[in-house]
Amino acid sequence: MRPVFWMLAFVGFVFLYAPIVVLVVYSFNASELVTVWGGFSLRWYGALFSDAQIGQAFRLSLLIAATSATLAVVLGTMTALALVRIGGFWGRPILAGMATAPLVMPEVITGLSLLLLFVAMERTVGWPAGRGIATVILAHSVFCLAYVAVVVQSRLLGLEESLEEAAADLGARPYEVMRDVTLPLIAPALAAGWLLAFTLSLDDVVVASFVSGPGASTLPMVIFSKVRLGVSPDVNALATLIIVAVALGLIGALILVRRQR
Amino acid sequence: MTDPGAKAADPNLPLGAGDVGETRPFVRLDRVVKRFGGFVAVNGVTLDIARGELFCLLGGSGCGKSTLLRMLAGFEHPDSGRIEIDGQTMAGVPAYARPTNMMFQSYALFPHMSVARNVGYGLVREGVARAEIGQRVEEMLRLVRLETFGDRRPHQLSGGQRQRVALARALIKRPKLLLLDEPLGALDAKLREETQFELRALQARRGVTFIVVTHDQVEAMTLASRIGVMEAGEIRQIGAPRAVYEQPQSRFVAGFLGSVNLFEGTVDVAAPDLMRIRTPGGGFVVPPASGLSARQPVALAVRPEKMRIAAGAAQADNALQAVVEERAYLGDRTMFKLRLNDGTVLKVLSAAAEAGVLAVEPEAAVDGGGAAADGGGLTA
Ligand SMILES: Nc1ncnc2c1ncn2[C@@H]1O[C@H](COP(=O)(O)OP(=O)(O)O)[C@@H](O)[C@H]1O
Ligand SMILES: [Mg+2]
Repeated sequence: MRPVFWMLAFVGFVFLYAPIVVLVVYSFNASELVTVWGGFSLRWYGALFSDAQIGQAFRLSLLIAATSATLAVVLGTMTALALVRIGGFWGRPILAGMATAPLVMPEVITGLSLLLLFVAMERTVGWPAGRGIATVILAHSVFCLAYVAVVVQSRLLGLEESLEEAAADLGARPYEVMRDVTLPLIAPALAAGWLLAFTLSLDDVVVASFVSGPGASTLPMVIFSKVRLGVSPDVNALATLIIVAVALGLIGALILVRRQR
Repeated sequence: MTDPGAKAADPNLPLGAGDVGETRPFVRLDRVVKRFGGFVAVNGVTLDIARGELFCLLGGSGCGKSTLLRMLAGFEHPDSGRIEIDGQTMAGVPAYARPTNMMFQSYALFPHMSVARNVGYGLVREGVARAEIGQRVEEMLRLVRLETFGDRRPHQLSGGQRQRVALARALIKRPKLLLLDEPLGALDAKLREETQFELRALQARRGVTFIVVTHDQVEAMTLASRIGVMEAGEIRQIGAPRAVYEQPQSRFVAGFLGSVNLFEGTVDVAAPDLMRIRTPGGGFVVPPASGLSARQPVALAVRPEKMRIAAGAAQADNALQAVVEERAYLGDRTMFKLRLNDGTVLKVLSAAAEAGVLAVEPEAAVDGGGAAADGGGLTA
């Protein structure tokens, strides 16, 4: 039995990771030709760092990811608190389902609906004027919110309720209970949610393509447009860096979620 | 049941309880009702507790003890009825503003704070100066003998140590009323007994009013100056441990506190100085009980330790003919299981020495079970 499972696991992981391994290996290729190995070199990494367009897109992506992750944590935590504390009224399962639906919503639909909303808002209330960084941040906050809400909600549900009662019993007003007990105890989930949101925002291309405007191209958008003109080796290098960043973010989130127990 | 909650006539009120010196009770619950959906968790509880009392709420799991305590602390709100503490109504007073502190069944220690910060938290919220907090925390930790543990986190403590931290944290604000929800549940027998006496000492020294919830009748008897026995959201009987144990007013109370032998019968003679009761097993002469008249059906409750086994035929009153079915050696005592002629099974507890003299074997016919006259609790 055992060897069979090992075999299956091996096939599965090869299937999953072979493309990524190929990409990483070719990012160290000395040759100009994407499919011909010409020896080890870091030249594409060098080319990357001297590329002004990519540098600018990279800084923009970091700004957008950090801002929307922070917004998503604030809004997602509020959502989770409301869902957990509101108690067992009849509409609660519906609300909980609605809060997490964006997790499985196709990104194309999320992007398109947000674009339509932004256009309609511009026409009726005059804001946001055009599309750019602000609209990308808003859009990312919206779809990251659901992820944060799920992570924080599970932490809140695991929290012993009498801890908050004990604080109140010792004289803490509701906001002091929140500050002294609830928030410190869910802090690992907040950090995990932030990292998750940051990672999701950093590698999103679909939603950003819908709601971004001129001069606000994120890094994945730049890569996508470069690749359409033909795959060049510096894109391999860039992709490798993004994979490393995303992997670190996910590992960090995983460690934080585990540490809660 | 003759007269549930007849506390006015209770001769066994403890010192310091009831109307000694003070006319107004310290804690007053008046027809308090709490429902969860359609389920009635607390059903019209009326209860007065005097200042400085150690009152035990005793009852089985799910009878509403915790709910009653949580209403006093302000975590639940009664659907109807009044709660007063120290003459002040608690309606609309939030938990953080009440003159109570609670020790939780789970201890509810803050896992992200050290022991010292846990204990000092109430004072921080009260706005006490830092120097004074440090001093009072130290004093409190010394009281619960944890002075060297101030820097530890709760998860680095044993169950008994955690329980003492929880107690220290509840005591440090010097509350007028201390609420303890099954405080000793997680402790082993020895530590439990020690802590019970510590709690009593603390109560005597500080003059705090305690309300302790427990499902353990031995604990209630050890701790309490008065006991309230609860069943299905209602208080069935209130009284001193001795009164509740020796004069239970209902089958439930008799059965809940210790074990009991019940004899169903009818009142034969109800004279002012004694009462005669006829049961299928034999006749009993017991002290009179109010509210009972001749030919009324009653149940007679006799504690196993109030019965004696003797050889010979049972002819007198308060004697029954029985067969020994089983015996269990308990160390300091021996428990006998006897069967009467009509099939009723009795328990008799006798001192070990006595049991040794009596060389009774299973199935050997022995004679008589003497119901000591003072053991006759009457239940209608
Ligand atoms: N928040 C609640 N929601 C619904 N039912 C509850 C709630 N709290 C307690 N109950 C019910 O009320 C009854 C009494 O509970 P409780 O006071 O905790 O009992 P106990 O005497 O064991 O402490 C139980 O049947 C319990 O299921
Ligand atoms: Mg309980």
